[in-house]
Amino acid sequence: MAGRPRAHRNLVRGYEQDLRLFGSPLSRVGLAAMLVTLLVLPTVVQDDFWLSVLIYSGITAIGAIGLNLLTGYCGQISLGHAFFIGAGAYCAALVGGEAGLPLPVWLLASAVVGALLGGLIGPFALRLRGHYLAIVTLGLIFVGEHLWRNLRDVTGGNNGTSVLAQPEIGPVDLGALEVAGENYSRNQGWFWLVWVLVAVVALLAKNLVRTRPGRALRAVRDHDQAAEVIGVRAGRYKIGAFMVSSAVAAVAGALFGAYQQHVTPDEWTLLLSIQYIAIIIVGGLGTIFGSILGAVFVGALPALIDEYSDAIPGVSSSAGGDGVISVFALNQAIFGLLIVLFLVFEPRGLAGIWFRVKAYFKAWPFSY
Amino acid sequence: MSTFLTNVFAGLALGSTYALVALGFVVIFKSTGVINFAQGGLLALGAYLGYTFSNNLALAFGVAVLLACLSAAVVGAGVERLVLRRMVGQPPFAVIMITIGLLFVIEPLITAIWGFDNLPLDNPWNLRTVEVAGLVLGVRDLWTIGLTAVVVVAFFLFFRFTAFGLAMRATAFDPEAALAQGISARKVYAVSWAIAAALATLGGITLAAGPGGLSPSISFIALAAFPAMILGGLDSPAGAVLGGVIIGLAEALTRGYQDELFAWAGSNVSVIVPYVLMIVILLIRPYGLLGTKDVRRI
Repeated sequence: MAGRPRAHRNLVRGYEQDLRLFGSPLSRVGLAAMLVTLLVLPTVVQDDFWLSVLIYSGITAIGAIGLNLLTGYCGQISLGHAFFIGAGAYCAALVGGEAGLPLPVWLLASAVVGALLGGLIGPFALRLRGHYLAIVTLGLIFVGEHLWRNLRDVTGGNNGTSVLAQPEIGPVDLGALEVAGENYSRNQGWFWLVWVLVAVVALLAKNLVRTRPGRALRAVRDHDQAAEVIGVRAGRYKIGAFMVSSAVAAVAGALFGAYQQHVTPDEWTLLLSIQYIAIIIVGGLGTIFGSILGAVFVGALPALIDEYSDAIPGVSSSAGGDGVISVFALNQAIFGLLIVLFLVFEPRGLAGIWFRVKAYFKAWPFSY
Repeated sequence: MSTFLTNVFAGLALGSTYALVALGFVVIFKSTGVINFAQGGLLALGAYLGYTFSNNLALAFGVAVLLACLSAAVVGAGVERLVLRRMVGQPPFAVIMITIGLLFVIEPLITAIWGFDNLPLDNPWNLRTVEVAGLVLGVRDLWTIGLTAVVVVAFFLFFRFTAFGLAMRATAFDPEAALAQGISARKVYAVSWAIAAALATLGGITLAAGPGGLSPSISFIALAAFPAMILGGLDSPAGAVLGGVIIGLAEALTRGYQDELFAWAGSNVSVIVPYVLMIVILLIRPYGLLGTKDVRRI
């Protein structure tokens, strides 16, 4: 055949091409498929239960991206993620509910509050590493729980408070969307809102971690003193990671509160933090994509178990009912088992498996 | 004055329990470098085993306690062998998460076997009291303090005067040098987990013999023993005991004077006092009261 042979699809010619997130034709097809799924899925799956499971997974994905920035990229162990999520939910209740401000305002307000709280906790990470930080952030959970139970004006004490923040942007109310004469349900609107936000947060996080701050974070994770020697201000990046992570967590909390419409202090316990940790471990530490993957798998589990508790043998749907193990205890055990099994057998998580599969096909028919 | 003394006494008893649990943390941390979040699970498991031996099998209380400590020790060593052994040399994050994962596996196991209800543990102490110099003291509290004192003394004697105690100290100091001297690190690791589990069980049983009885939430007490360990210093057994007593006293005193002095801070402040104390201590002395200062070399 005449003419120049076509370059191989994996060939990179220039920085601009190298910087593209979706460079190869195949990944562009994947992007298009994801966009189409995002748009079409709620009209195909109209069942409220499944939509709510997907919405909760999306909200969890946002929070998990935040935790992964802190733990996966910067290497700081935080058991206090639930605290920031709770703070975000109460902030949404105040700004979106009582003050009645629109969606962008209460989302931003929660992000700012989360960043400020993270900035308060961050300095601890400068003095304490590894074990100590884990224990201090554990303390944060208990101190936070005490605060939530006693700041009755904001949180409603043990009974909880309503979060009346509405998903309204100007004249558009995503809670009761109407496009071209077609009415969409609350869950459909929320699905689009949440998953668009997942995409936005993922893109922001991805760009953060593939530029200088991201490389600095990884340097701090691998060896903070060595990082300082090569000119990374480890302290600043640790505090920064805490602020960004808790800001993202607070956004997730605000969405969670506003979607659920009522929150109690019982939700921001150690178990929630552990759930997020399970998600990033199962998904893959130090990958944005893994956080989302993990959130879909692990985040959907509690809802699925709750829904199908009758069908699983030996599970009782309430603490006093028959059966060997309650739904709550089963969730706990599954998170624990997932953490242990993945850390022992697949420390890179689902994302690691995916990258292995991808690398195999990329080099196919050669094995390396 | 007498209310103050009663509170101090209650604090000492609570602090003794913390000291037992914190001592377990320190043993594991010193020899293996692992902070064991699953200690609470082992504590609860041991206490429930004690319940089975004492109530269901109707053994004498002393025998039941001994058996519970022994079986918990076996479980502890087993956990080390099956799970933690694979994690040697992994970064702290992975190891911490493994122990947290274990905690979250053990807890549901306990509720699956023994249920959620409060169980009364048969014990000879019950709610009996004795009066000493005008003070009404609980027999259980006296036993807790006495038992802790005996265990702590035995613990120090073991580490100071026995060959295996020396081997454990050597491994804690320098694992490779200890290996070169023919000390089996595996044995040391397994024994430290066994000791920690037995100590936790003792703490759990003294707690369960109290007015609250036995419930799954008993494992949370081990989380409150973290501040005790941090306060004393991660690698100091003496510090663990001191920290335990201080935290116990602080908690009991805040509870005693809740209405008079701490009403402004909301109800049940005493629950978070250990953590607040811990945070303050970490800011002033990050290595604890008696811990070794961490010198970092590049």
